Amino acid sequence: MTNGSPLLEVRHLKKYFPIRGGFLNRRVGDLKAVDDVSFSVPRGKTLGLVGESGSGKTTAGKCVIRLIEPTAGEIYFDGVDLMTLSDREMRRRRLDMQMIYQSPAASLNGRMTIGQIIAEPLWIHERLRGRQAKERVMELLHVVGLKDEHYYRYPHEFSGGQQQRVGIARALAVNPRLLVLDEPTSALDVSVQAQVLNLLQRLQDEFELTFLFISHDLGVVRHMCDDVALMYMGVIVEVADFETIFEEPKHPYTQALISAIPEIDPAASREEIVLQGELSARQPVQGCPFAPRCPANKLDICETIRPELVEIQEGHQVACHLYPAP
Amino acid sequence: MVADTNIQVLRETQGRPTGLWRDAMRRMARNRAAVASAIFLALLILVAVFAPWIAPYDPTAPDFAHIREAPSAAHLLGTDEVGRDILSRIIYGARISLYVGIVVQTATTALGVMLGLAAGYFGGLPDIIIMRMVDIMYAFPNFLFAVFMVSLLKPDTTSVILTLTLAGWPFPARLMRGQVLSVKQQDYVLAARAIGTNDLQIMLRHVLPNALSPIIIQYTLGIAGVIMAEAGLSFLGIGIRPPTPTWGGMITKGREYFRSSPHLAIYPSIVLGLTMLAFNFLGDGLRDALDPRMKR
Repeated sequence: MTNGSPLLEVRHLKKYFPIRGGFLNRRVGDLKAVDDVSFSVPRGKTLGLVGESGSGKTTAGKCVIRLIEPTAGEIYFDGVDLMTLSDREMRRRRLDMQMIYQSPAASLNGRMTIGQIIAEPLWIHERLRGRQAKERVMELLHVVGLKDEHYYRYPHEFSGGQQQRVGIARALAVNPRLLVLDEPTSALDVSVQAQVLNLLQRLQDEFELTFLFISHDLGVVRHMCDDVALMYMGVIVEVADFETIFEEPKHPYTQALISAIPEIDPAASREEIVLQGELSARQPVQGCPFAPRCPANKLDICETIRPELVEIQEGHQVACHLYPAP
Repeated sequence: MVADTNIQVLRETQGRPTGLWRDAMRRMARNRAAVASAIFLALLILVAVFAPWIAPYDPTAPDFAHIREAPSAAHLLGTDEVGRDILSRIIYGARISLYVGIVVQTATTALGVMLGLAAGYFGGLPDIIIMRMVDIMYAFPNFLFAVFMVSLLKPDTTSVILTLTLAGWPFPARLMRGQVLSVKQQDYVLAARAIGTNDLQIMLRHVLPNALSPIIIQYTLGIAGVIMAEAGLSFLGIGIRPPTPTWGGMITKGREYFRSSPHLAIYPSIVLGLTMLAFNFLGDGLRDALDPRMKR
């Protein structure tokens, strides 16, 4: 932590999607995509938000920069609660935080050239156009490892890795401080993944960026993140720095995930914990959301009371009844 | 500066000016069917403009000595039920038919696209209001609507255009709304919001170009329908009154004599069909040209 307070602090973030049905399309329930999530990201660091598909991690990421309007919660960015800002103020504020999307192809408008795509934010914010804009775009292309001749090309002429670089260049055009990376490499080939991840790390150092790194790939997370928060069905089940998560996972869900990472050394194999069942869209109304699949010796309380996230060690929080607050 | 000279070099070597429309025009020029159609339509418009100099006869003068004559040297496409020259009527008919077809279709599409875009993009109350209006127009029989308009308007070209436009906008509006609903979910729209693009810019630069393909096809397919609908309106008494020639009117009237003198309906039908085909090729070409993914 370079400067006391974290750059991003999220408290009690909630996003409920209404489930409609029945007569007159009434609201019959809520899909709790993000249910009371709190975390913080120190300046210049990377927090990994990890979970399987449907765990709410992407929704949480989009809520943080209010691309999706959260149902409730507080989002402090550099000390300012984003939830109190008007749309107009938010639009200006959002320049400090940009997002990189999961599918690079879908995140680029196929009818614009690369030059136009990267120049759009420059025009909107700095009123740069013509030669000045072109020079800036060229600079940004070089920063992300693309070439001059890519300027007049269209997105479909690029590989996935190059498309992702274009997305990164567009995000950098507004000089952001926080990047929300929504599975930036999950759509890419493994060889290209490494290139893009290295690029992101280089940019983080060069531009003093703070990352909220959303992923389901623990291998990638290990490579990228300082801290890791594990999400399961809209709630955070465990938070710690990455060493602790990988060496001493506490929550049964975390333990199962860690055990599933393939080992390079065949001799060092450990027992893999196989989870039964899969995520269903609706949570149990009460009790621990993970209880139906939990491989650990369950307590009675697991079915009835939802565990709170408690700090069991300095910087290590777990939401599990097996680890009561000290 | 370095970057700038590089751009110069690029432009000279690759010859790639930017801009969706400029690129589209270059791609379009390579599409032979589209170019041929454009030439055909241009000729047709010239014929319509210079009709008085081109037409061999007065299109409205009856000649009762030569009723329903088959094509001959004197009357290349024959004569109609009161002895008027069919070729001359087709040439003069191009004026009103093309005019009504293009103006109505442009107006309905423009109106429909704007309303559909607003409904789909904003959702909520604007969506409800616009789409309920669409539902009302759909539920209302077109015939009844036309009769209603007849009672309000005097029969002339402007009334025809007004009536057909008011009846026609719901279709493109609904089409556009559906397109917008799917396009606005795309990540590039989200990305545009993230970099601070405002609603209007998002709609015009990101949503509209990506939602336009079926609209262009709808536009070109609809022109022939409008030309025929104009004939229907004439029948109800609000359209262009006989003896002024229109293609729709000629086809409608010619059908009555189809058994004995098929040429009354066939020749204007052929011209209408060719025109429609040309518009469709042009529309196809335009749609492909506007999509950078379509190579060549």
